Amino acid sequence: MATDYVIAKQVSKHFGHQQVLNQIDLTLPAGMIYGLIGPSGAGKTTLIKSILGMEAVDSGTVKVMDTVMPNRAVMAQVGYMAQSDALYETLTARENLTLFGQLMSVPKIKLAQMIDYAAGLVDLTSQLDKRVSGYSGGMKRRLSLAIALIQDPQLLILDEPTVGIDPELRQQIWTELNKLKDTGKSMLVTTHVMDEAERCDYLMLIRHGIALAEGTPAALKQQYAVDTIEQVFLKAGRMQDANDGNR
Amino acid sequence: MRTMAIVRRVFKQMLRDKRTLALMFLAPLLIMTLMYFLFQNNTTQVASLGVHHVDQSVVNVIDTKNVTIHHYDSSQARKMIKQHDLDGYLTQKNGQLTITYSNSNPTNTSLIKASLQSGLVKLKMKTLVTVTKKQRAALESQQAALKKLTAAQTQATVTKLKTAIAQAQARGDQATAEKLQKQLKQATATTSSSTQSAKATSYTTKSHYIYGSSDSTFFESFLPAFLGFFVFFFVFLISGVSLLNERTTGTLSRLLATPIRRSEIIMGYLIGYGGFAIIQTVLTVVFTITVFKIHLVGSIWLVFLTNLLLALVALTLGIFISTFANSEFQMIQFIPLIVVPQIFFAGLVPVDGMASWLQAIAHIMPLYYGANALTAVVTKGAGLGDIGVNLLILVGFMVVLTMLNIVGMKRYRKV
Repeated sequence: MATDYVIAKQVSKHFGHQQVLNQIDLTLPAGMIYGLIGPSGAGKTTLIKSILGMEAVDSGTVKVMDTVMPNRAVMAQVGYMAQSDALYETLTARENLTLFGQLMSVPKIKLAQMIDYAAGLVDLTSQLDKRVSGYSGGMKRRLSLAIALIQDPQLLILDEPTVGIDPELRQQIWTELNKLKDTGKSMLVTTHVMDEAERCDYLMLIRHGIALAEGTPAALKQQYAVDTIEQVFLKAGRMQDANDGNR
Repeated sequence: MRTMAIVRRVFKQMLRDKRTLALMFLAPLLIMTLMYFLFQNNTTQVASLGVHHVDQSVVNVIDTKNVTIHHYDSSQARKMIKQHDLDGYLTQKNGQLTITYSNSNPTNTSLIKASLQSGLVKLKMKTLVTVTKKQRAALESQQAALKKLTAAQTQATVTKLKTAIAQAQARGDQATAEKLQKQLKQATATTSSSTQSAKATSYTTKSHYIYGSSDSTFFESFLPAFLGFFVFFFVFLISGVSLLNERTTGTLSRLLATPIRRSEIIMGYLIGYGGFAIIQTVLTVVFTITVFKIHLVGSIWLVFLTNLLLALVALTLGIFISTFANSEFQMIQFIPLIVVPQIFFAGLVPVDGMASWLQAIAHIMPLYYGANALTAVVTKGAGLGDIGVNLLILVGFMVVLTMLNIVGMKRYRKV
């Protein structure tokens, strides 16, 4: 498939006097894990919310599945995992999955099957009928991911998906994300964990709302002549600060 | 479909939150029961009155079931009131009665005032009665003398006339005889009529009550307003806090990342929490009617309908207000601002007697319309036609607030 799931052009956004996004261009084709890396407050979440159509942009356009956002109907084709675990704690995991499945218009006959599939993917099958209030932080994160997968979307937007998840499970999740990618799905993942950035197919470094650099991890390392993405990030950041100083 | 998913979620969440359920369903019953006993026996209030050197006849008339009399040997009212915790102190100097009120409890002051006044009136009446009795006795003796006199006179006239008639008849003068006969009849008639003396009418009263009965209490008149208030208060609080929770935990934003319509979320809330409001209303109304034997004049269905509309207004208002709060604590802060003032305009204080600017405020309070309608149905048996305007205004409140809520959610998602 050669279609682009997300095309963002010249997206700018400010809150008050603060420029949160400054003319960001982003293209996410099918079958790719796209990483957004940057420090907290860099504008990653705002970019994601702009792509989802929850945040209005000041200028620029966002298209998801060839539809100009914001658009309510397109949201059914996007699996979203928010940065904070937005779960109903008094409900069980199964009830949470059922609710979001219904909201995502998953057919009734398919819903039980999808719940089993999504729960199996994040290793929560045995805990499905426990109330979320009894879940650990990592379990909640996994449930959030399962909810994002409930309607089997082609596009997944994951905001810090592996925060609070132990290394072994993180490994599992990445394996699953790669499997999903192989079926033609695309993922837009934000992270500030640099070793996760290495696993992405394509990276965009965001700092102070500006796309500092982008490319495959290997290309970025080569471009900045360093060994790790972390060093790429630090170097790019220093160059940005130097530029700001010159201005 | 999506609305029903939200409704099911609201129901599940509520049913699992046992404390909130208990608050919603049992707290009104508890408060109603308390109020029932508090306001039921409001006639047994007793004021204590100290007396010093007051004529026994005066004391006797003041001594009612609402005032207890204590005799003291001091004329220093102020001191005695303080010392013996009295509500009033009565002293007498010749014909002058002097009363001092403690006035720490205005109800007791007015109790004494009323007893004293009615007592003095009674006393005056008594003296008046004794005076009239004496006069009557004198009059009666005079009348008796007079009667004797007139009787003797009539007797004389009658004998005179009788002899005249006899003479006329003897003469054969029929016309004169008839004339005299008539005069004779008249003379005897006057004697019989004068014995019919006029008797004074004594008045008795028989009371009829259009609404309620002589047993009607304070509680009954307040009950309808409180029925409305409880539903309003609890639904406002619970719906407001739960939407606030959705906002602060991020679930609202998460919900809006699905294709759900903003209106579907609001409708889900209306149906979900509206359902619990109905259960609360039914429980409270049935409880008060069966346990307290409150006489419901109008239709119970109209009570349910009015309360449901009030609940929906409270629901939309709670959701609306919650957008201005950032925490549960801030939500609680809106209660004295938004909810408590409404109770003053719910009929506890007659709105007609308020200053015009206060009346204007009353008309922007949803509870004013709701409580008025409830009072009309419960105590006067008003029908749908009588309270229709009130119900329409409630619907208006609900519609406007719902629209505002739907538009307000644009903050979290642009479509």
